[in-house]
Formats: sequence, C-alpha cells, structure tokens
Amino acid sequence: MSNIDQQVAWIDICKSEDILPNMGRCALFENEQVAIFRVIESGVEKIYAINNHCPFSQANIISRGIVGCLSNKTVVASPLYKQHFDLATGQCIEDEAISVKTYAVRFEGDMIQLAA
Amino acid sequence: MSNKSNLVVIGNGPVGHHFLESLVQSGKSTDYNITVFGEEPRPAYDRVHLTAWFETRDAAAINMVEDGYYPANDITLYTKDKVLAIDRSAKTVTSESGKVLSYDKIILATGSFPFVPPVPGHDRENIFVYRTIEDLEAITAAAEKGKTGAVIGGGLLGLEAAKALKDLDLETHVVEFAPRLMAVQIDDGGGKMLRKKIEDLGVSVHTAKNTKNISDGENAVHKMSFADGQELEVDIIVFSAGIRPRDELAKSSELKMGERGGIVINNQCQTSDKDIYAIGEVALWDNKIFGLIAPGNAMAKAACDHLTGCGDSEFAGADMSTKLKLMGVDVASIGDAHGNTPNSRSYTYVNDRDEVYKKIVVSSDDKYLLGAVLIGDASEYGSLLQFMLNKMELPSEPEGLILPQVDGQSTGLGVDALPDTAQLCSCMNVTKADVVCAVEAGATTIGDIKDATKAATGCGGCAALITQVLNNQLEKNGVEVNTDLCEHFAYTRQDLYNIIRIEKIQSFEVLLEKHGSGLGCDICKPTAASLLASCWNKYILEKPLHGLQDTNDYFMGNMQKDGTYSVVPRIPGGEITPDKLIVLGEVAKKYNLYTKITGGQRVDLFGARSEELPLIWRELIDAGFETGHAYGKSLRTVKSCVGETWCRYGVQDSMGMSLLLENRYKGLRSPHKLKMAVSGCTRECAEAQSKDVGVIATENGWNMYVCGNGGMKPRHADLFASDLDDVTLIKYIDRLFMFYVRTADRLQRTSVWMDNMEGGLEYLQSVIIDDKLEVCAELEKEMSLVVDSYQCEWKSTLDDPERMKRFSHFVNSDQSDDNVVFTQERKQIRPKSKNESIELVVID
Ligand code: SRM
Ligand SMILES: Cc1cc2nc3c(=O)[nH]c(=O)nc-3n(C[C@H](O)[C@H](O)[C@H](O)COP(=O)(O)OP(=O)(O)OC[C@H]3O[C@@H](n4cnc5c(N)ncnc54)[C@H](O)[C@@H]3O)c2cc1C
Ligand code: SF4
Ligand code: FES
Repeated sequence: MSNIDQQVAWIDICKSEDILPNMGRCALFENEQVAIFRVIESGVEKIYAINNHCPFSQANIISRGIVGCLSNKTVVASPLYKQHFDLATGQCIEDEAISVKTYAVRFEGDMIQLAA
Repeated sequence: MSNKSNLVVIGNGPVGHHFLESLVQSGKSTDYNITVFGEEPRPAYDRVHLTAWFETRDAAAINMVEDGYYPANDITLYTKDKVLAIDRSAKTVTSESGKVLSYDKIILATGSFPFVPPVPGHDRENIFVYRTIEDLEAITAAAEKGKTGAVIGGGLLGLEAAKALKDLDLETHVVEFAPRLMAVQIDDGGGKMLRKKIEDLGVSVHTAKNTKNISDGENAVHKMSFADGQELEVDIIVFSAGIRPRDELAKSSELKMGERGGIVINNQCQTSDKDIYAIGEVALWDNKIFGLIAPGNAMAKAACDHLTGCGDSEFAGADMSTKLKLMGVDVASIGDAHGNTPNSRSYTYVNDRDEVYKKIVVSSDDKYLLGAVLIGDASEYGSLLQFMLNKMELPSEPEGLILPQVDGQSTGLGVDALPDTAQLCSCMNVTKADVVCAVEAGATTIGDIKDATKAATGCGGCAALITQVLNNQLEKNGVEVNTDLCEHFAYTRQDLYNIIRIEKIQSFEVLLEKHGSGLGCDICKPTAASLLASCWNKYILEKPLHGLQDTNDYFMGNMQKDGTYSVVPRIPGGEITPDKLIVLGEVAKKYNLYTKITGGQRVDLFGARSEELPLIWRELIDAGFETGHAYGKSLRTVKSCVGETWCRYGVQDSMGMSLLLENRYKGLRSPHKLKMAVSGCTRECAEAQSKDVGVIATENGWNMYVCGNGGMKPRHADLFASDLDDVTLIKYIDRLFMFYVRTADRLQRTSVWMDNMEGGLEYLQSVIIDDKLEVCAELEKEMSLVVDSYQCEWKSTLDDPERMKRFSHFVNSDQSDDNVVFTQERKQIRPKSKNESIELVVID
C-alpha cells in the first residue's frame, strides 16, 4: 500500500459485479452523488469516478451516459444533451470552462471503494 | 383612366406563367394593366409533369400558380377564354367570350398542339392526344372500358403516353413510323437497346410501321392497317406524332412566320411587330422551334428583360440535350447524338447483360465532346453535358468517361474544373455560381439547394451533378462531408449494416474488434445496437447489448429534463377499453404522474423516477399493456380514424388495418422513428399523408402513401401505389421498411431519405414494386424474422429479477434523487425550475 492510501479512508461502496462492464452507476458518498464507471480498455479493467451532476442540464444523470473514447480520452456522454466528460479529469470536451469533480476510486478484492 | 400601359398575355401555359413570374420579380409589373387569356379551364399547370396527374388524378398536384398569386399581383386571368383575333391597326384583341381589349404590348405564349396526321379514321371516337389534363381524363375514362391501346409515335412523348396506357392496365403497343424509337434524339444502337428494355416491360414495339387507315375492328374498337399490309386491333389510340406551333393568331394578323409555321422572333423575342413578343413553343428562332421547357423559360426571361428594361438577357438558342426516365428506363441524348459532325469519332460501350448502351461522339482530335447517347444508365449525363457546353478539354482517353470504373479510379469530370458560369440546371437556369452562393449562405443538403435556387426541381436530370458541386463546395469550406459514422468506424451506417448481415455479427465487441477501433462512443454504440436489433432482433437489454443503448432505450422511457422518465404504453390505433383507461388513471394517480393525451393518440405519463419504473410497468403489464417504444428509434404509433365501422363515410375498416399494422411493426428498430396512420376514406381524418407510411381506404382497397413527415420540415407523403389488397399492402410496407433500414443514414427520417435518393419516388417504386434490385424476397424474409421475434421489452425485463436492480437511483442506497422536485400546476405535477424560490400560485 502506498502512502496516500494510508492517509485517506477508503470506503466500500458496492460489489464490483453491481456495476456491469462498460457501464456506470451512481453511488451515494458523503452526501454527494458519484458516477462510477467500469471500463475495459484494451483488455484491462479500469475504474473511474466523477460527480453525477450534469452542469448543462442541472440533472443528476451522468452515470446513465454512454461510455466510450474520443481522441484517446475515455469519456462519458451526458445523456440529455450529449456533452462529453473526460472520465480521468472531469474536464468537459466541448467547453473548456466546464469540468466536474473527480473522486479517488479503486477495486479492493471484489469491492469498489471511494476515497474522499 | 390610369397611365399604366396595357399588357395582354395570350396563353397561360408554363411559359406564359414563367413570364408573369419574371415580370413580378422585376418589380415592374405595377407599370402595367395585365390581362391574361387562357384557353384551358384552369391556370397554368406543369405540363412537363403532366403524367404525374395519374398519381392523384387531381389537377392541384401539378398546378403551377399558387392560390391568390395573380390577384395579389393585380393580374387578371380569364380562363376558358380563347383569343380569336388581334387587330394590329386598332391595337385590340378579341376573345371568344366577346371581350375586346386595347393593348400596348402583347405576349404570345400559345404553345403548340399535337399533330394528328390525316389518316382516314383519325377522327373516330376513342382516339386521343396527350397534351392536357382533359386529354388524360378522357383517356382514363376510355381505358376503363378497353383492354388494349396503341400509341402512334415512338418519340419521347409517345413513350410517356405508352407508360400511361400501361399503368392504366391496357395491353400496350407503340407504333413508330421510323425504323427505331426516339429517332430524333438517339442513334441506332441506342434505339435497339431502348426497344429491348421497353419490350421487357411488356410493351409491344412496332417500328417502320406506317399507319394507312383506321376502321372498325373485329375484336376491338379499332383496326389499324399499315402500309406493309399488317394490321393491329386496339380499343384506344393515342396520337403522339409530333407538335405544331399554335400560330393561328399570327397568321390572321400577318406577323412574319416560318415556312413550316412558328412565329419568327429576334433575340429579344419580338416578332415582326415590335409591340408583340412570342415565347415558348410557338416561337421560331433561327428557323428552329424549341419543344422543351428550358428554352421557353429563357425566352420568357429575355422578353421580360426587354419589355421592362430591367435586364439584358437575350435568347441565343438552347441546347436540346435531354435526360429522362421513360418507363423507368434512363435515356439521355446530348448534342450531336448521331455523329453527324464531319470527321467526328465515336466510342461505344454496350453491355447486354445489364442492358446498358453508351456512346460518345468527340472531335477528330479526341479533345472535345460533341454528343452522347446513354441508355439504361445515364449517370454520366451531367458531367458529359458540362464537357460539351463549356467546351472543356477531355481526358486523354475519352472512352474512359463511359467505361465502367475500375476500383478507385475516377475519370469523370472534376467539378472544380467547371467555370462559375456553367449552367448546371437548364430547366431552372441555375449556374455553378448560384449553387456555390447557396452553399455560402448555409445550404448543406440537396434539399436546401432546391429551396434556395429551384435547381433540380424541373426534369431532375441535374440532381447528381448539383450534389457533386454541393459536396465539393462543402469540402472546400472545411465542412466534413466525411461519411464515416464516427472516429471508431471508417464506415457509413449502410456499410455497417451490410457487414453485420453478411458476417452475421451478433455483438458490438466483435464488430469493433474486426472493423473498428477504440472503445466506441455515444454515436456508434446506439447505431450498432439499432443495426443489431434490425438484423437479429434480440432483446435489447441482453448482455452485453445493454451497454450500447442510449439511456432512453436502457430505461425504456424517455429521460426528461430533470432525469425522470416518461411512461408510454402502447395503445394500438388509439383504441382503448374503458377498463384499461381506468387502469391508466389509477396508476397515474398512485404514482403521482403528470398525465397527457399525446399527439399520437395515446397517453403519456411523466415524472416517473427510475426506481419507480418497474413498479409502474408491473401494474400496466398485468393489466394487459405493452411498451409503446416511445423511447426507441422504432415504430411509434399507427394513428387511425374509426373508419367504416362507425363513420358514415368510411369505406374500409381502418381501425382493423391500423391494429394489424401496429402489431406487425411494433418493435422494429430503424434508422429513425417510424410513424404510420390509416384513414377510412379520402377525408383523411387520421392525417396519413403526414406519416412515414400512410394508408387511405378506397372503394377497392388501400392507397399507400410514403415518406411523409410532420416535425421540423413537414413533407406531404407521396402516393406510392393504389387500390392494394391487404396482402399486397403488407408486402410493400415490409419491403419498404426493410429497404429503409438497409439504406438510410443514422437519424434520417424516410422523408429526407427519399428526397436524397437519386430517382426519388420512381426509383423506390421500381425497387419495392418491380423488384428492380431483386432484393424483395430477402427484405420480406428479414421482416418476418423481426415480426416473429417480437417481445415486449418491459415484460422481458420484469421477468428477470437480476435486471430489476439497475433501476434504483443509487447502487448503494434506497434513497431517491433529492434533485428531483415537483411543484403543482393545473392540478398536476411538473418539475420545479431551479430558480423557483417561491411556490407557484396555482391558478385553475
Ligand atoms: C409526447 C409527444 C408530445 C405530446 O405531448 O403530445 C411527443 C414528445 C416528444 N417528441 Fe415528438 N412527441 C409527440 C408527437 C409528435 C408528433 C405528432 C405525431 O406523431 O402524430 C410529431 C410530428 C410528426 C412526425 O414525427 O413526423 C413529433 C415530432 C417530433 C420530432 C421531429 C421529428 C422530425 O422528423 O422533424 C422530434 C425530434 C426527433 O425525433 O429528433 C420529437 C421528439 C420528441 C421527444 C422524444 C423529445 C425528446 O427527445 O425528449 C419528446 C419526448 C416524449 C416523451 O418523453 O415521452 N418529436 N412528435 C407526442 C408523443 C406521441 C406518441 O404517442 O408517441
Ligand atoms: C406529356 C408531356 C411531357 C413533356 N415532358 C417534357 C420534359 O420532360 N422536358 C421538357 O423540357 N419539356 C417537356 N414537355 C414539353 C413542355 O411541356 C413544353 O415545352 C411546354 O409546355 C411549353 O410551354 P408553352 O407555355 O410554350 O406552351 P403550352 O404548354 O402549350 O401552353 C400554351 C397555352 O396557351 C393556350 N392557348 C393557345 N392558344 C390560345 C389562344 N388563342 N388564346 C388563349 N389561350 C391559348 C393553350 O391552351 C395552352 O394552355 C412535355 C410535354 C408533354 C405534353
Ligand atoms: S377518414 Fe373518412 S372514415 Fe375516417 S373518420 Fe374521417 S370521414 Fe370517417
Ligand atoms: S436540368 Fe431539369 S431540373 Fe435541373
């Protein structure tokens, strides 16, 4: 375990299998809505977490978007008006001025965990 | 008395009308008292598309004069009032109804009449010509009583008349004096190929036949006797042996005429009397009559320019090249089709299998194109015409222009090479510069170009070339005309469809691995999901298909602006029992859903949270409802009227048909949503002509309309086929929908699909009705697979407890989304807007 891991408190959110591959789900984490995505990239399983609130529609829906990639960035398309967000950084692809919060997330055994 | 001068226009055909439009456009029409005399009972109609009258049997369909256009521009039109005399010394005209008008200027636009050779018996009953709506009405009435028909004359108009007879279900003959069809426009080889193709369609062609006499027949109404001793018996005869100018007024008022008729005009279209102009088919320029619409329009413009002084266009002759579809056969003739130019060379390509004939005539040094004949495939017409008209130098081996293309090589004309002045559309006189200009002003589709310039709205022969110029210009402007679906697939939707079918691909993963790259995206995933569903129709939430679905398909409801969903159960044809209606009310009440009757004859329940969806649907399904696919790019509703069961006018059971259709096509995934409607009679209460497929009952069956659209750009549906029985109707719809699924772009409604299809309605008919591409059996098979594998997605979902989990808002909590907040309006819920701090005052 790295130093950082020791500093932060990792909290169990759900079983890995509760989120299907290449899909997202929304989790309640310290009163915030977090969209967690499991993505298979070139055979390697990755996990991302960003805030579930879409700054364009003001609705809590990011977790229900389609996952994919645009010019090598792994992104989710917000389901209402289809803006894309970089899952690694929370940056909106269409509008430089807009980004959403990201969260530390990991697989731990068969669990998915988030950290503050 | 006003100080305006008196302008009298004699003849209200297409050219006379075009003149009036030009005059109004010039802004000078207010300088004149304008009176128009027309002999026919109605204002100008589009004679070029005369045959289209048969589609609706309604003159309005080919009307050229918008309602109120003449009165709005202070133009007085007298219909059914022929001008009998022009008195040039008193400067008056006299009409049949007795009007005597003084004139300052006259425009003669009296057109021409069909020539009927003085064969004995030519004036018998049941013998017609093919020029006016009244002619077609008479032919139609006669055809009801007859079995066989002959057209005398195998020229362009004769073949068009023959098609009409064939469509009226007559056994049809074409009798031509010359040794080949269309002797004026095409050469021997072309004539042979054309004949073969027309005979394939079941029309008998008799060439080198001189009709000597027409008398009573033994087995039919007429007996035609030919110079070679042979005979032919038919019930109906249509003469189409050429046209003659209607120059009788010029004759009696002693204007200068040609030896064989026609009123002599100069480049300004003035006759020998400077106050009288002649335009259109009645005018003789350089000893030539021009029997096409484009030169007529050019004359109208020249006359208008000269009269008003607003422009300086002149009539300087016209190119008589033509491209047509005769009985579904492409025929084109350009310039010196016969190779009459001394020392010219020609190159010919003949393909007996596909029945294609192509010839080009070039100058002795191979540098310039002089003429061409294309039969069976006229796709090169546009570029060949441009080579000739603009005297552009040909590529070094000009035969390449008509030879089949070897992969990747393009020998055609680079549209870039065309000068700005090149006339792309001769019917509407549209140049390359006009098209480029329209693109600069924002046009991006051929439809936009049509709207902006009228190009390609006449004979349609220029559509392919205009599209090339359009795409070329868009490309130059940096607009992507890249047709790749997205960055992950270098294919169009249509390519992917074929790949999936041919390789029997069942999943996105395999498609991506074999033909794509990256992870996919929100464009290609739903597209692939739709294609896989169109092809194999598996349950859309089956793993891993579920990950491809847009949220609407994934939650099987449309996501609303606040993240809640709508619930729209199927109510086929809008028919619902009171009990079911009560269930809807009870469910809506229990879950506090906003309730509305939709524009599609069903009920929409809004404001369902994702976690409530399964509970709501459980109750609906138990009460016998199914999903309404309001979320899918798939069949929405089949709107229906009550039909003959209740309505005093109904002639068929529209309700029964709409149920049949809705239940057959529900669940079909397609490039965009599909809507249908069925009306019980011609009053059309179900608005079928605004639907992708509309069905209207007739005394004898059903009329089928296709490719209508409401929405952003309304388009009336086109009549596709008439008086169909149930089985044929279903067969055609099966084929049409599957062909659409195969060939449309992503999110392209049928209206846009058809408008962008080369050949349009006729082509579609040839594919679906005549099976030109020989795909109909496959299309039907594909549709029956979809029909047989239908399942209600909501029912399948509720049957599987595993799948129920995904509807909770949180993966780790039973709480609801606290961001969803409703307020009340008119006694129902609605989403609270973000800046709504005070409760709304509810007024009801
Ligand atoms: C509910 C309804 C309006 C109503 O309150 O009556 C409706 C609602 C929506 N329409 Fe519609 N349309 C509804 C009838 C129509 C009609 C009328 C009809 O079908 O007779 C039309 C015009 C006819 C046509 O389609 O040709 C219509 C033309 C559109 C269009 C424009 C389509 C076009 O080709 O231009 C869209 C946008 C699109 O599909 O891209 C659209 C899209 C939508 C969407 C799906 C917008 C969206 O993406 O959220 C709306 C959501 C429905 C929902 O949440 O369930 N809706 N919409 C009607 C549902 C009918 C039904 O029972 O299924
Ligand atoms: C079936 C068919 C298909 C065709 N297809 C094509 C095609 O594909 N492409 C193409 O370019 N062209 C085509 N044409 C030819 C085209 O229709 C004509 O070139 C065009 O109609 C000529 O217009 P116009 O106004 O000069 O004459 P017309 O259309 O003949 O109009 C003249 C009008 O004047 C009226 N009139 C005559 N004398 C008097 C009078 N004394 N007083 C009052 N009114 C009078 C006539 O009744 C008539 O209504 C086709 C023609 C037909 C019949
Ligand atoms: S379309 Fe005809 S049958 Fe149907 S309701 Fe209207 S009038 Fe009656
Ligand atoms: S050339 Fe006839 S429509 Fe353009």
